[in-house]
Amino acid sequence: MLGEGIIKGMAETARNFIGSYSDPERLVTVQYPEEHIPAKQNARNFPFLVFDVEDPVAGLRCVACKICEKECPPQCIYIVMDRDDKGKPCKHPKVFDIDVSVCMSCQICVEVCPFDAIKMDTEFELSETNRYGGLLLTKDRLSKSNEYYHKIHSVEAAEVDARLADEKAKAEEKVKAKLAAAATAKAAAQAAKPVAG
Amino acid sequence: MKTTVVEPPVPSGAPVGLPAGDGRFSLLPKTSFDGRVETELLEVAMGPHHPSTHGVFRMDVVLDGETIVKLKPVFGYLHRNHEKIAENVSYLASIPYTDRLDYLCSMTNNWAYALSVEKLAGLEPPERAEYIRVIMAELTRLANHVCLIGFLAQDMGALGTPLMYGFREREKILDLFEALSGSRMMCNYMRFGGCRLDLPPGWVREARVVVDNFPKFLEEFDNLLSGNEILMARTQGVGVLTAELAVNAGITGPMLRASGVNYDIRKVDRYGIYDRFEFRVPLGDHGDVYDRYMIRLLEMWESLKILRQALDDIPEGPVMDPNAKIRNFKPKPGECYERIEGPKGELGFYLVSDGGANPYRYRVRPPSLVNLTVLEDMCLGHNVADAVAILGSVDIVLGEVDR
Ligand code: SF4
Ligand code: SF4
Repeated sequence: MLGEGIIKGMAETARNFIGSYSDPERLVTVQYPEEHIPAKQNARNFPFLVFDVEDPVAGLRCVACKICEKECPPQCIYIVMDRDDKGKPCKHPKVFDIDVSVCMSCQICVEVCPFDAIKMDTEFELSETNRYGGLLLTKDRLSKSNEYYHKIHSVEAAEVDARLADEKAKAEEKVKAKLAAAATAKAAAQAAKPVAG
Repeated sequence: MKTTVVEPPVPSGAPVGLPAGDGRFSLLPKTSFDGRVETELLEVAMGPHHPSTHGVFRMDVVLDGETIVKLKPVFGYLHRNHEKIAENVSYLASIPYTDRLDYLCSMTNNWAYALSVEKLAGLEPPERAEYIRVIMAELTRLANHVCLIGFLAQDMGALGTPLMYGFREREKILDLFEALSGSRMMCNYMRFGGCRLDLPPGWVREARVVVDNFPKFLEEFDNLLSGNEILMARTQGVGVLTAELAVNAGITGPMLRASGVNYDIRKVDRYGIYDRFEFRVPLGDHGDVYDRYMIRLLEMWESLKILRQALDDIPEGPVMDPNAKIRNFKPKPGECYERIEGPKGELGFYLVSDGGANPYRYRVRPPSLVNLTVLEDMCLGHNVADAVAILGSVDIVLGEVDR
């Protein structure tokens, strides 16, 4: 019969229409500004810098190696390394800017950073009236504590902490082994002296 | 279905497209037909359309009354210099750019690119990563096809309803992508030698729920549209693409199969681990818009089959080749071309490496662009309103056409 298909389709629409008032599976709208959908574990938006101890300046993990600056696809990171009075590099960024109006939230900077210093934030309500300066995040706005990192990505942060602790322990062991080796060498040299004399 | 094929009228004045006598450039010479009222061709610029549909795209059509006698696709509005940018950044840094090629299917774009670089660098993704890739590609196919059918119906005037139903289902797939990769559309997920992250706990279970609920939705879509007389009247016999022309023009993907050519790269090349799954390749008969619509619907059923098998069989293990390097990645000199069956057709990446950190040459073979080349052949002799339906059935995303 002509029109049968249309009627069948209309029935489908009607079923959906009624369902949208009664079926709990279909009542999915979240009243956004009042309610929020909790961010997923892996959610990412813009990068931030992690600092460890209380002091957000000295505790920054970033050593200004500029790998992320080089790898960032749209080149929106700008880093200047800090130098002391004699002009020696301090392994610390003096300037660390990310232009989030250019950033494409790709997470490449996070992946290439060898020091776990830069991570992705989940903050997304960043609207600004100042279109240029307001979206250029400087070091002080980018620095966030490790606790904050734990809050937004608990699983990943725990892994990173474990890895860092592991690396630290290994490094300490290495130093100790070096010291011990130096000590034994010294002792051996001292022991050898009288014979030589 | 009755179809009227109108022969393009032969203008008696200057040939179409040549400058008119008074020096002004015009596509519209005066025409007169023997024994008929003198008519004038009319040139209409359709578009550029809003990006939220297919992208910014314009068709210059020359009309005789309602009938299309000439059609010129005009694109380039969304050109972002993708290939040149990719030649100037490292191999890793162009993965996020490939997301933005066909922004509905970032996962398959990632895969095609990763496959090329893997061939260049001789990397081998582990078993689990291969399964994850297949799952992602098939989920992407579902998401792409529901969008396409929704847009096709919307282009033909079914404002909203089918599109919103499609988006409702796509939303669930995007949630899966978000839980995995952190982003809904710009996933940036696959890497050379595997995948960036392992599946989060419980992900496979959630994916199974989505896959199990999908047939219900497909049946609903079927009820809603497939038997609809208006849809049939608008699409059957419209925009016929013959198998011969399709093959000669290099058309790939569902468009080619709607014309009855059995060519699916998943079956032909068996890249990844597609040889392990059992699925069929639906083929069309007439090569018209309705067949193209139906092929997509049937393909979704086959994708569900693959998904079920992959979700059942996925093994435990690492997701990254241990030889893969993130920093300082420099494949040895050489060239390669790898392709996959994207939701829109053959998506291939051609790479030339000179041993440096950036590709020396980087070229994308976008399915949408090649599929668009036969638009004029399909539209000639049809009404203006049909051109919209035909364009909708080609399945283009301008991010990929213009790059
Ligand atoms: S964030 Fe990481 S990669 Fe970037 S400069 Fe600092 S330490 Fe280097
Ligand atoms: S997320 Fe991507 S675009 Fe943004 S700063 Fe990091 S590397 Fe650059």
